[in-house]
Amino acid sequence: MNQDIILEVKDLSVSFYTDNRKNNAIRNVSFVAQRGKTLCIVGESGCGKSVSASAILRLLPELSRIENGEIKYYGREEPINIEKVDPDGDLIREIRGGEIAMIFQDPMTALNPVYTVGYQISEMLLEHNKDMKKDEAMKKSVELLSAMGIPQADQRVNEYPHQFSGGMRQRAMIAMAMSCNPKILLADEPTTALDVTVQAQIFELMDNLKKDYDAAIVLITHDMGVVTELADNVSVMYMGYVVEDGTVDEVLRTPAHPYTKALLASIPILGRGRNQKIEPIRGSTPDPFNRPPGCQFEPRCDYATEKCREAMPEREFISGEHNVRCYCYKEVLKDE
Amino acid sequence: MTQEYIPKGRAKQIARKMDKIDAASKLPPKKQLIKSRSLRKLISNKLSVIGIVIFTVIVLSSIFASVISPYPPGEVNLRESLRAPSWEHPFGTDKLGRDVFSRVLHGGRISILVGLGSALGAAFVGVLFGSYCGYKGGLLDKTVMRISEVFMSFPQMILVLLLVSMVGQSLANLLIIFILTGWGSVYRMTRSQMLSIREEEYVQALRAFGLNDFIICFKHMLPNAIGPIAVNITLSTAMFILQETSLSFLGLGVPVQIATWGNIINAANNMSILQNNWWIWLPVGAVISLFVLSINFIGDGLRDSTDPTQMG
Amino acid sequence: MSETKTKLVEIKGAKTYFPIKKGVFRKTVGYVKAVDDITLDIYKGETLGLVGESGCGKTTLGKSILQLIRATDGVFNYNFDGEVKDLRELSRTELDEARQRIQIVFQDPHSSLNPSFTIFGSLEDPLKKFGVKTRAERREIIGNLLESVNMPKHYMDRYPHEFSGGQRQRIGIARALSVNPELIICDEPVSALDVSIQAQVLNLMMDLQKERGLTYVFITHDLSVVEYISDRIAVMYLGRIVELTDTEELFKNTLHPYTQALLSAIPVADLDHKKERIVLEGDVPSPVFPPPGCTFHPRCIHATEKCKTDAPKLINCGSDGMDHFVACHMVEEKFK
Repeated sequence: MNQDIILEVKDLSVSFYTDNRKNNAIRNVSFVAQRGKTLCIVGESGCGKSVSASAILRLLPELSRIENGEIKYYGREEPINIEKVDPDGDLIREIRGGEIAMIFQDPMTALNPVYTVGYQISEMLLEHNKDMKKDEAMKKSVELLSAMGIPQADQRVNEYPHQFSGGMRQRAMIAMAMSCNPKILLADEPTTALDVTVQAQIFELMDNLKKDYDAAIVLITHDMGVVTELADNVSVMYMGYVVEDGTVDEVLRTPAHPYTKALLASIPILGRGRNQKIEPIRGSTPDPFNRPPGCQFEPRCDYATEKCREAMPEREFISGEHNVRCYCYKEVLKDE
Repeated sequence: MTQEYIPKGRAKQIARKMDKIDAASKLPPKKQLIKSRSLRKLISNKLSVIGIVIFTVIVLSSIFASVISPYPPGEVNLRESLRAPSWEHPFGTDKLGRDVFSRVLHGGRISILVGLGSALGAAFVGVLFGSYCGYKGGLLDKTVMRISEVFMSFPQMILVLLLVSMVGQSLANLLIIFILTGWGSVYRMTRSQMLSIREEEYVQALRAFGLNDFIICFKHMLPNAIGPIAVNITLSTAMFILQETSLSFLGLGVPVQIATWGNIINAANNMSILQNNWWIWLPVGAVISLFVLSINFIGDGLRDSTDPTQMG
Repeated sequence: MSETKTKLVEIKGAKTYFPIKKGVFRKTVGYVKAVDDITLDIYKGETLGLVGESGCGKTTLGKSILQLIRATDGVFNYNFDGEVKDLRELSRTELDEARQRIQIVFQDPHSSLNPSFTIFGSLEDPLKKFGVKTRAERREIIGNLLESVNMPKHYMDRYPHEFSGGQRQRIGIARALSVNPELIICDEPVSALDVSIQAQVLNLMMDLQKERGLTYVFITHDLSVVEYISDRIAVMYLGRIVELTDTEELFKNTLHPYTQALLSAIPVADLDHKKERIVLEGDVPSPVFPPPGCTFHPRCIHATEKCKTDAPKLINCGSDGMDHFVACHMVEEKFK
């Protein structure tokens, strides 16, 4: 067993039962998060990347459940099977925020507008450190805010979220998430609502967190550029399945799944000018309630064969950690 | 190893519901008989179906009142005065020996007419101004807003007294009063709907083509606001029926000689009838409550089924 | 090269201010200077990229050209086949004529089509207005439009909710094309789409431009996209243009410090892309109280005393006959 592994998700399936219909949001998803490494889960909207994160914290909505699989958390002496704990119990509450923290896409809705930023951070600290005093918590909040690069943190701490700009709110969110030295930071599209120059600041911050706190970062994104810049490991998701998983070098340099390959070919890359050729992926993502019977990518795939129409391929390991769900990955690799 | 958590109570119920959906999803899909999603949702809502049934029964029996009940509502028969319910007179008779059942049925015609009529009238005025002012904004909007506030803040009772003393008691006057006092709320609701629809990009696209304001506003924007307006119409119908009842009870509503639900209750405005002759006020009271309740159920069902954020 | 190009739009000193009203009497207490003194030419047949972060006024400028938002001041000269008229001075009938020539494609595919109407119902009224009398003719025209954006004709009888985001965006383009415009303002047309769909829409737009000789003003915050599609790029910051030049020149020879920081901040999906990340401090200031002098000076590493008081002018600093406009004192001095 690799000592660095802090979280292991294995064959996890989650279904949603809203509106009297069953939606297999994620199917047999496996990935691992390691200490001091960033795992990027990348995919388009509706591919199940955010669902995976909420499942880890047991924050799934009411009409949904984990159907099978394991979420193993190795942060304590004994590994904890998160999928088995009471979603409203004390154990998961200790873990949430205390050991696994999450930051969301929209910092405006994630902070409560009627309390000061400082109050919200110190509340979090008091919740997870029973013997901490109020003024200590407030002092720690100021420290955290200034560590996140917020100028005049001692004044800013008494301000309300609406007095913060978008970038500062996201920093405050990260300060809140980091307040209890979590072992894992789940970031769900943390910069999608921000401008690029502010995004760069947040990324700088997250890179430092990884180094200074030895935290594992699970970053959920749709942006291949972000993956390239930040990731150590990548999981590519499509329609609820992890179709390819490996280190960033393996996945981006030698993509083995036709979807990863097509995705990389379809985005314009800065600095390559007007003459670069971008190849769109044909068709559009299927309706989750009307899925293709076999491989989910088959209707849009250039490599599709008869076999692909029958069943979703199983995970196959190419080398080391690099694995892929594709019958034809050898041909895909050959075409590089 | 972590001990497995077993859901209890509410969580167990939800788990069972999910099992059921899961089982259903494995069966071949049923053919959907009703195409419209909103209608399907309305029908799957039990309360609104009950509402629709009660509503239809009451409306139909009012329409066919003369077929169902042999007695004309105004027929005085002093020998039969204050009879308790019997096979001959299911709801008994009142002081003047008129059949209460027949009066309730016939009264329903007028009361429903007043309720629906004023709700539709108020909606027409409110929607007309609300859509245009909401879309255009500016001075016109501000002026109409203030006018609506004046009408809404004016005590209705005084307005009724004023109009009754000026033009006399009549059905038409009551309708006018209800429309005058009722259009403000529809106006405000339509206006706020239009304010948010105005920011939608398809409206800007139409403006970029330089289309006529009326076409943009009434043809393209209004259909998207119609759901909440329809809900408002049903709910204000119920409100107006109750208002008619209370005004008639006070003797300010529809002239006493016309049978309405309010006028029937009006007959019970003395202690001895209230104590001894329950059949004069209880059945009609129950019918009014049932009818208003059914409309509220339908309104709630409509609101849920037209809400696009609740898919299904 | 620039001599042979004909000017389609000539914007001089454009200003669009939005009043901020406060208190019971709605007194105007200040202005949001969304567009502050912009001078810009748009040539026939080109794609002009307008780039900047949120709140820099790029969308306002686009809508001001279209007269969807009335500019506070400035001249918007439009070349009506040789006859130049100011769009702000046009009469109602003349404006209608202009609206056949300038159209717009919006960002959000979910709000850009009326959910209560079929595609035919939504697209029909503009055609009626511009003189297509019979229903059969309108159906014919709309069918052809749908085909030109690679969709089957019979889709015109469907409702928007039956389409995916990319399809809706193509319908939005078809709607803009329905009156045969010369100039299309594209307001972030691909930002809300999934990455695999963006390429479809971008390539379609480029094909349409070739077929119909369209002129685009392409508004976006995504520099990789704008590099792929634009001939010239104008970089905006707080309501002003800070740099304006040919796409290739901009990327090869970036002059303005803001553009440099912006380019370095963008995550690039290319593992071999080596660069230094310039992380800007702070956030974009509020356009209500823009800093005096050069609006970028509080965040600029090269800022001098002069930058704090004097606003730099947009000056041509290009070499070898290349137009390269920059608004920066430092660059200006070097150029001299």
